[in-house]
Amino acid sequence: MADIFREYFTLFMGAVIVNNFVLTRFLGLCIFFGVSKSLNASIGMGMAVTSVMTISSILAWVVYNYVLQPFGLTFLTTIVFVVLIASFVQLLEMVIKKHAPALYNMWGIYLVLIATNCIVLGVPLLNAESNFAFGKSIVHAIGSGAGFALAIILMASLREKLQYADVPKSLEGLGIAFILAGMLALSFFGFSGMIPL
Amino acid sequence: MKLWDIFYKGLFEQNPIFRLALSLCPALAVTSTTINALAMGLSVMVVISLNNVVVSLFRHWVNPKVRVPVYITSIATIVTLVQLTLQAFAPVVYKELSIYLALIVVFAIILARAEVFAAKNTVIPSFFDGLGMGAGFTLAMVFIGIIRELFGTGAILGYQILGSWYNPALIMILPPGGFILIGLLIASFNIIGQYQHKAKAAKAVLQRGETVNG
Repeated sequence: MADIFREYFTLFMGAVIVNNFVLTRFLGLCIFFGVSKSLNASIGMGMAVTSVMTISSILAWVVYNYVLQPFGLTFLTTIVFVVLIASFVQLLEMVIKKHAPALYNMWGIYLVLIATNCIVLGVPLLNAESNFAFGKSIVHAIGSGAGFALAIILMASLREKLQYADVPKSLEGLGIAFILAGMLALSFFGFSGMIPL
Repeated sequence: MKLWDIFYKGLFEQNPIFRLALSLCPALAVTSTTINALAMGLSVMVVISLNNVVVSLFRHWVNPKVRVPVYITSIATIVTLVQLTLQAFAPVVYKELSIYLALIVVFAIILARAEVFAAKNTVIPSFFDGLGMGAGFTLAMVFIGIIRELFGTGAILGYQILGSWYNPALIMILPPGGFILIGLLIASFNIIGQYQHKAKAAKAVLQRGETVNG
């Protein structure tokens, strides 16, 4: 039992900090730079990405292990995952719009943005590639989502402070944001020896 | 001649990485060595040109309401073809690029070219538009790859360029170096853009002055 717990915990922390999806794998950069201008939006986005990623990982795991693998169709993984996730997000958007309009007003816009996004597609693909069992896939997805949320919230806080700084004109906007992300990645790199992966 | 213009605009004027900042995303992860950057760039070039051809061929039959799912399915199919080809003929590169190859599917630039160009033009111009955008993307990727590999290891494509006096800055081939380099490159392109803008404005003033005097 303790061994399993340790294994899951290592995987989780690894996904949150050591292999942070944004800062070491460059996934989800579009939303990372687009949304991190405001702290509130970043919190919403972090939560939306985490939940969508977890559910789509579960769906993808089921399809991969019960359909693609038994029938020897693993070469179709990319196509099937893209269509699966895009249609799932579309469906989720419609259901939320109908049954929880308040939630839709808060989250709807983020759902549209993450329908076909590298980070949401990347996690199920990684799960499939490393042949994770069901529990591990979920832990990995939640960890990756939490890592994304952590990175985007940190970045948003930094960028809010940055508004008071005197940035050279040519670096304004995306330029300084990238350099800031580099600094953030550098500090996350300090953890890289912590967990052997 | 017109085809050349369509091809050429993707190289510099509308270079997908530096000018449009589209599809920056996961591509940066594989720029730590020049060879990987080149392989990724060429893969994207193949996907974007073929997808433009497919979209252009079927443009009269695709209902506008379902166009995005159709385009995505087409892109995913072509990406799978590229994956299988690389897996068969260049297994080392395939392994290095790993999931980033599959993630070409969600590159905004490919969908954008299908929507903006291929859905409204005939097959041959669409092919050249894709080729140009892909070439611009490859150029930018290789440029970043060369800088990162040169400063990070002192070599380009594995050949030692800088002598033993050079102490490699390991940060350049790690992710933080990638971020910082892109930030600096964006700033440099902004400076060049401002300079060009100023030069253009000065020229306009000069021409106006001449006509007044004349």
